[in-house]
Amino acid sequence: MSDIPQAGSPHGSERTGAATSRVRGTFDGEPLEAEAGTSVASALIATGTRSWRTTREGRSRGLFCGIGVCFDCLVEIDGESGQRACMIPLGEGMDVRSASGPRTTHDAGTGTSTGRDADGTDAA
Amino acid sequence: MSAPLESLGQTEPRPTGPAPHFEVAVVGAGPAGLAAAASAAERGARVAVIDAAEQPGGQFWRHRSEAAGIRDDGSLHHGWKTYLDLRRRFDSGVDTSRITYLPRTSVWMAQRRPQGFTLRLSSSFGTTTGPSTVHASALVLATGGYDRQLPVPGWELPGVMAAGGIQAFIKQNGALPGSRFVVAGTGPFLLPVAANIVEAGGSVAAVCESADLSGWLPRAHRALAVPEKGLEGAEYAWTFVKHRIPYRTRTVVTEILGDSAVEAVRTARVRRDGTEVPGSARTIDGVDSVGLGWGFTPQLELPVALGARTRVDVDGSLVADVDAAQRSSVPGLYLAGELTGVGGAALAVVEGAVAGRAAALATTTGTDGSGAIATAREARTISRQRAFAEAMHLAHPLPPGWESRMRDETVVCRCEEVTAGAILGARDEMDAADSRTQKGVNRAGMGWCQGRVCGVAVACLSGSAPQAKSDDPMISLRQNANRPIAQPIPLGDLRDLVD
Repeated sequence: MSDIPQAGSPHGSERTGAATSRVRGTFDGEPLEAEAGTSVASALIATGTRSWRTTREGRSRGLFCGIGVCFDCLVEIDGESGQRACMIPLGEGMDVRSASGPRTTHDAGTGTSTGRDADGTDAA
Repeated sequence: MSAPLESLGQTEPRPTGPAPHFEVAVVGAGPAGLAAAASAAERGARVAVIDAAEQPGGQFWRHRSEAAGIRDDGSLHHGWKTYLDLRRRFDSGVDTSRITYLPRTSVWMAQRRPQGFTLRLSSSFGTTTGPSTVHASALVLATGGYDRQLPVPGWELPGVMAAGGIQAFIKQNGALPGSRFVVAGTGPFLLPVAANIVEAGGSVAAVCESADLSGWLPRAHRALAVPEKGLEGAEYAWTFVKHRIPYRTRTVVTEILGDSAVEAVRTARVRRDGTEVPGSARTIDGVDSVGLGWGFTPQLELPVALGARTRVDVDGSLVADVDAAQRSSVPGLYLAGELTGVGGAALAVVEGAVAGRAAALATTTGTDGSGAIATAREARTISRQRAFAEAMHLAHPLPPGWESRMRDETVVCRCEEVTAGAILGARDEMDAADSRTQKGVNRAGMGWCQGRVCGVAVACLSGSAPQAKSDDPMISLRQNANRPIAQPIPLGDLRDLVD
């Protein structure tokens, strides 16, 4: 996947003649960096990540419609679940987390959706 | 886990002051919406423009981020001059406060009121400080459409995208969502998608067009009446030659292969009845991305919710009826662009201009807008573009036999992971002969996307598509569009609802 032209690569800025500024956030705690104005989805794909959501049946999903219609590319952003990675520009300091199941059910602070049972006790 | 209601949605309730009132509200800031807003504002109306994206342009003129200070040179676009002109007029309306622009905002409900319309708004992402409700005397809906999809085994793998989504990604990010693509489906739209991919530095292993293009022959004169389409076609032909992109007609993707993401694509040639030509199956290896598009589906939830009269267009899409002033069957409701029939950006701009002008005339003079019907020149453009669109739809139908390429375990409804087997089983065992019954039996169309992606496929598979000659060929398409809450919203938006 490393041969994908990345946002902010010479190609991208050459086309627009823009001086590129960079924004930095995190994805599941790991650094995520992209040219300002890049969507969260594009920033993820530039790191070689093709999928960032798990369905109820455990299948991987990433981008599909690319225009905010299909809700396949959902992530959690700054604690807010159900956010469309295709529509949202990566912002400075943004805390992006992968989502599981039909909706994200992260416990605040754990960053995992499977670490606890619904009653709040630690899963065995 | 239950949270107290106060903590749902936004942490701060949205401001619930008196909802602002506008003479004209325009929903959508693509080609039709921009034209409508500019022409309404220039005729003295106070206009609100509501759009889900971060900046104007819609899908057709989606471009690099203005907020990040990147100036798009328009090299990936068609009609960029038209956009810049509309944008200048739109910006001038915003600068003079004639236009109130509400970006990153979705309309999740539209209601008719004795004096016009009430729109309920929600942030499409992040937090918006705009109003949660606006009232308008006249409403112009210009909500556009999205890629129409048909399921194929393996289409839920990461790396498979809507054809339009690939183009949107390139236009927005100046980057590619993959490196080696197969683009498949039907219609001229596959050409710009492939061209954009190679222009952005990617490669296209094949473009698979299910039609044989002979459908254009009886209606070639309609294409000649819109010469700009011919020029655009010649441009793509040159790009395809230059980059050696194989363009294969009567060819379909039969399966997309891969373990955790796309790795290869199987294709086959098909006869006119949709059966595979023996010995024509091929596997294209080393592919990491697939773009699928079968024409477009207009976004019809709001017109249907307001009671606008609909019909099935020649492409099998549910569309809404309008007259020469772009008036729907609902007084005060104007429609422009793909909602009135999928016909592309040039048509949308003219329809938007007429709709905005008529809405402004009606609300500023207290008439019915009929004094602002399309001029002779506008009417000619509309009729030529419509004729071209109709020829295109007839030449690029949904391919017969697509259902036969699915297996029982092929996912049809991506959100709820409902398989073809479950849908056909519900149809045969439980008489689930339309979309709503399917939903009740197996949840197809009940997920996040509200049936936008699987709606056409479920309608066809349950046996109630327009082609199926059932008692009411529109029943499933109407059910798909009939969603009083038009967008997924956080509970907080309901909590903050004021009358």
